[in-house]
Amino acid sequence: MSEKVIEINNLSKKFKDILAVNGLSLNVYEGDVFGFLGPNGAGKSTTIRMMLSLIFPTAGDIKIFGKSINSHRIEIFKNIGAIVEKPDFYGYLSAFNNLEILGKISRINPDKNKIYEILELVGLKERAHSKVKTFSHGMKQRLGLAQALIHDPKLIILDEPTTGLDPQGMKEIRDLIIYLSKDKNKTIFLSSHILHEVELIATRMVIINKGKTIIEGNVNALLDAAHLKVQFTVSDPDKALSLINENSYVDKMDVPAGKNLILFMSQDKIALLNRLFVENGIEVSSIVPTRSLEEYFLSLMEKN
Amino acid sequence: MLLTLTGIELFKIFKKWRTYIGFITIFVLVSLIEVSILIEGSNFLNSVTQNLQSTFVFVGNFLNGYLISYVVLGAITVHIPFLITLVAGELLAGEATAGTYRMLITRPVTRNQILTAKLIAGMIYTHMLVAFLAICSLGFGVLLFGVGELIVIGNEITIFAQDDILWRFLLAYGIAGLSMSVVTSLAFLFSSLVENAVGPIISTMAVIIGFVILSAINIEFFQELRPFLFTTYMMSWRTAFSTPVDFEAFYTAIAVLFGHIVVLTGLTYFIFSKKDINS
Repeated sequence: MSEKVIEINNLSKKFKDILAVNGLSLNVYEGDVFGFLGPNGAGKSTTIRMMLSLIFPTAGDIKIFGKSINSHRIEIFKNIGAIVEKPDFYGYLSAFNNLEILGKISRINPDKNKIYEILELVGLKERAHSKVKTFSHGMKQRLGLAQALIHDPKLIILDEPTTGLDPQGMKEIRDLIIYLSKDKNKTIFLSSHILHEVELIATRMVIINKGKTIIEGNVNALLDAAHLKVQFTVSDPDKALSLINENSYVDKMDVPAGKNLILFMSQDKIALLNRLFVENGIEVSSIVPTRSLEEYFLSLMEKN
Repeated sequence: MLLTLTGIELFKIFKKWRTYIGFITIFVLVSLIEVSILIEGSNFLNSVTQNLQSTFVFVGNFLNGYLISYVVLGAITVHIPFLITLVAGELLAGEATAGTYRMLITRPVTRNQILTAKLIAGMIYTHMLVAFLAICSLGFGVLLFGVGELIVIGNEITIFAQDDILWRFLLAYGIAGLSMSVVTSLAFLFSSLVENAVGPIISTMAVIIGFVILSAINIEFFQELRPFLFTTYMMSWRTAFSTPVDFEAFYTAIAVLFGHIVVLTGLTYFIFSKKDINS
């Protein structure tokens, strides 16, 4: 296994009487596109703020690149680029000036070409010298990515990077993340509400709720192990339903719609159920399994 | 790194239009005062010295740049704190309002470095404003009215020889700059507490007005408190125009003002180092 880039152990944060993060632990490995999922108020942003030392943990520790952020903050932060919630800039300065300033604070002295290169990567080269206050939300979001990349960090932490973007903008950001991961070998820590987005680009993920880890692992493996939503189209739905009730192949089902039965079951039971239908004279015209992170996420949230 | 950060802070300060409000206000006010005195001519001097003309005979050019500068310093110094807080109050709270704290603090710099750079930049702005007042009042005053002896009328009448004036102005502007630095430190402290730049401006002015009122109340408790309030020393620049100069009072003023800066800045560092950035 690759080296651990982020290692969080028993992290907690209490705001007065509210326990926002409660003993959270997770590991992110080099090269991961790590999905950080959870419902609203689960503690995602609080965790990210602690990782970036914007707020201080009540308990627990955070190691990045194998070192504690308490004792090696500057060394670690040279290699982190981040967007925390919505990207905000100095509106009275141009995109170019903003990047120039942030590059200098990141201990590099970016030359003009480097800044233009980054602006081109995010599609803002033409607006390099426009004041940021004239930018749309989508443009600020792209500039947010640019500022996270200006010092060529190894780890990029993105908190809801596609919030407020139109589908085209979301796709562009998604493609950029994939490019950064695959072509530039960056480790990406991606917090998102948009489960489909995480499903498309994340390699590993953690789902948290009420400040605790619910599940962590490889996205594909977790989804494979999860129960699928399967649509069976059958010739005799009533007979099929009685057979389903007599057996334990199906965990749950939606109200049937005509000849379509929506069933929730594990992968290995699909063939068995199909055979049962056929042996009992029910014609099965189609079986459509859908594997979705959304279904998985919702089922986990239901359990927790 | 501190030099880079301070340069960036100054760049940010001078890219904002509100930074120039102070300079424009001083320029307009001083110009108005000087031009109106120029138009009024000797009437102005007569009105200042009318009670004395029956007793004394004034010979020489008393209506000169030095007198103008002295008058301007007295009239404007008390209002400069408001102009300073426009910028100093925004140094930290402005980042919170704009949401840019997040980008600053997630960079490889310490919070203390950020704070120090902002404080230095704020102090530079403050002293630039005081220096600008000196240039406008003394510089333009001398250009428009020429030089001569300086007549200062207070509890006693003092006339300073032409070659005995400049160093007094230097001292006066120095102590005025120090008292304005306390205002900057106070606004900076309030700026670290809130996430809206208007709050520090109002709070700083409220403290100054409050202290001035307390100092003026003729009750023993407040009178005992008076030497410890920085507002007591905001007009200490006048000491430079006494003869002989009361250096003991000067040193006391410097010590109290400097003490205020240390305490206020120390508090700001303490608060900011523990502060959760939720904006």
